[in-house]
Amino acid sequence: MFANFMSWINQRLPLTDAVNKHAGQYPAPKNFNFWYVFGVLASVVLVNQLLTGVWLTMSYEPSGEGAFASVEYIMRDVDYGWLLRYMHSTGASAFFVVVYMHMFRGMMYGSYQKPRELLWIFGMLIFLVLMAEAFMGYLLPWGNMSYWGAQVIISLFGAIPIIGDDLTLWIRGDYVISGATLNRFFALHVIAMPLVLVVLVFLHILALHEVGSNNPEGTNIKKPKGSVPLEEHSKFTFHEQYTKKYDIVDAIPFHPYYTVKDLVAIVIFLIIFSWVMFFNPEGGGYFMEAPNFEPANGLKTPEHIAPVWYFGPFYTILRVIPDKLLGAVGMFSAIIVLFLLPWFDRGTVKSIKFRCTAHTVNLAQFVICFIALGILGTLPSTPVYNLIGTIATFGYFGFFLALWVYSKNEKTKPVPERVSG
Amino acid sequence: MSNAPVNNGRRRFLTAATSVVGGVGVVGLAVPFIGSWNPSARAKAAGAPVEVNVSKIEPGQLIRAEWRGKPVYVVRRTEEILSTLSAHDDQLKDPGSEEPQQPTYATNAYRSIKPEFMVALGVCTHLGCAPTHHQGDFEEFVEGVKDGFFCPCHGSKFDMAGRVFQSVPAPTNLVVPEHSFPTADTLLIGVSTGEV
Repeated sequence: MFANFMSWINQRLPLTDAVNKHAGQYPAPKNFNFWYVFGVLASVVLVNQLLTGVWLTMSYEPSGEGAFASVEYIMRDVDYGWLLRYMHSTGASAFFVVVYMHMFRGMMYGSYQKPRELLWIFGMLIFLVLMAEAFMGYLLPWGNMSYWGAQVIISLFGAIPIIGDDLTLWIRGDYVISGATLNRFFALHVIAMPLVLVVLVFLHILALHEVGSNNPEGTNIKKPKGSVPLEEHSKFTFHEQYTKKYDIVDAIPFHPYYTVKDLVAIVIFLIIFSWVMFFNPEGGGYFMEAPNFEPANGLKTPEHIAPVWYFGPFYTILRVIPDKLLGAVGMFSAIIVLFLLPWFDRGTVKSIKFRCTAHTVNLAQFVICFIALGILGTLPSTPVYNLIGTIATFGYFGFFLALWVYSKNEKTKPVPERVSG
Repeated sequence: MSNAPVNNGRRRFLTAATSVVGGVGVVGLAVPFIGSWNPSARAKAAGAPVEVNVSKIEPGQLIRAEWRGKPVYVVRRTEEILSTLSAHDDQLKDPGSEEPQQPTYATNAYRSIKPEFMVALGVCTHLGCAPTHHQGDFEEFVEGVKDGFFCPCHGSKFDMAGRVFQSVPAPTNLVVPEHSFPTADTLLIGVSTGEV
């Protein structure tokens, strides 16, 4: 009965073939470690955001007059409204945690290098859309920090010479941030951006499966056809899409091996997620900021404006540069250099395990600078903090410059032909 | 199906012509989508001028008026403030108000029509926060200057004429909006003299 049904489908849509190609017969390197769970976790969070987002939309009122009250209504009067909102707000922070880890994994194991440049770029586009999505979503509760945070970020476009002022007016749709701004952000947050995001995630995975997954050793598991003796081939059946051109070694099928492994990660992740959601949903003021518990007030700036933690690094770069235009340029450059990472790195050895010591030191200082910038972004502006922020900004951009220099003639360790162990 | 030979030149011409017409169509279609983001007629109407009674402001006091949803600071400056304004010119980015951040009738030492009344948007020229008024305790930010404005967001500093100090993120002086005094006691924000 079921076999007949599947055969009826398969004659009309290559369903079984697609599932095999992307799961049951997809060759994944057998040596994935802890760092390889964050892609799956990001998908889990994405589904959480989409689901809870749709449900929140059912009770939320996108207007300058009603937004703040409707969020309180969700929190107090709607059955389980508080839970849906906390799932969504905790999910936003969790999204950035797993995406930052995922990106760091890529940097550590050189997963952006040839032939995975486009894969990296799709990933960076996802990151960019995610930041836009988070920024617009943060305006929706219409609290005072929502309001002034949006004010600061939209004003950034005012730094563009000549058209700046008209551009900010156009983005706001009013002389100040108002209900008009709120409504357009709502439309973008719930429809436009999620659509783009889902398409980008689809392309990201498609590009991944075309070039194949990297692994902690950065070795290639796809050898030229006929170059590997038959007894050394992987013992599993892989889709002919992969085997017709290559001999596959050191690989296991994504399903069931990594789906089961990822399930363990998902369970641990959900335990931590639930703890935050139930016991600390405001994240000590970092996930939800205190001034946001009072309604938006265009005449009263909160004493200390801080972005949500995940924007901290970029915000600090903006702040330490004592010039409006250059500050905005510096902030956007911090993201552009990440896009160009595959071209800053002129090396061919992928994994940090086999690269020169300078690379390890460089990556370590980058991580320290990134975290320092993030912490500073949530602190008030003082001369000492600004000095530390300036040094960290140099460290951030210095990573890319140094990488470009030493990767040209880098002294690397020999990379094993096959995955060891 | 005819077996007439393919005329590549004609094909290219038709393809190009179709693309051009289609492109014009796309540009035309973009107009309403982009245009709908402009301020609506309602938002523009809400930008009408605001009247403030200045006779009740105490010397040294700041009052906030709201115009186009933005805070407008009106300060009745004391003789002491006015006489010390020029003392810190060397610490300012634009002491002579050369940047057009004010109407021409306010391009003077006090950046105002009447020296006594400072009128400026309470919107930091860096990223739009509202600077706080420090009366008598501004010396913790700038030595030797008793009164001024400090922006809590990114630490920009302004004096009692809304002029920006050096080495802060804000690039220009605070904006002085168009304003006028139809009578001695009323301040009208949003229109210059003779426009009403």
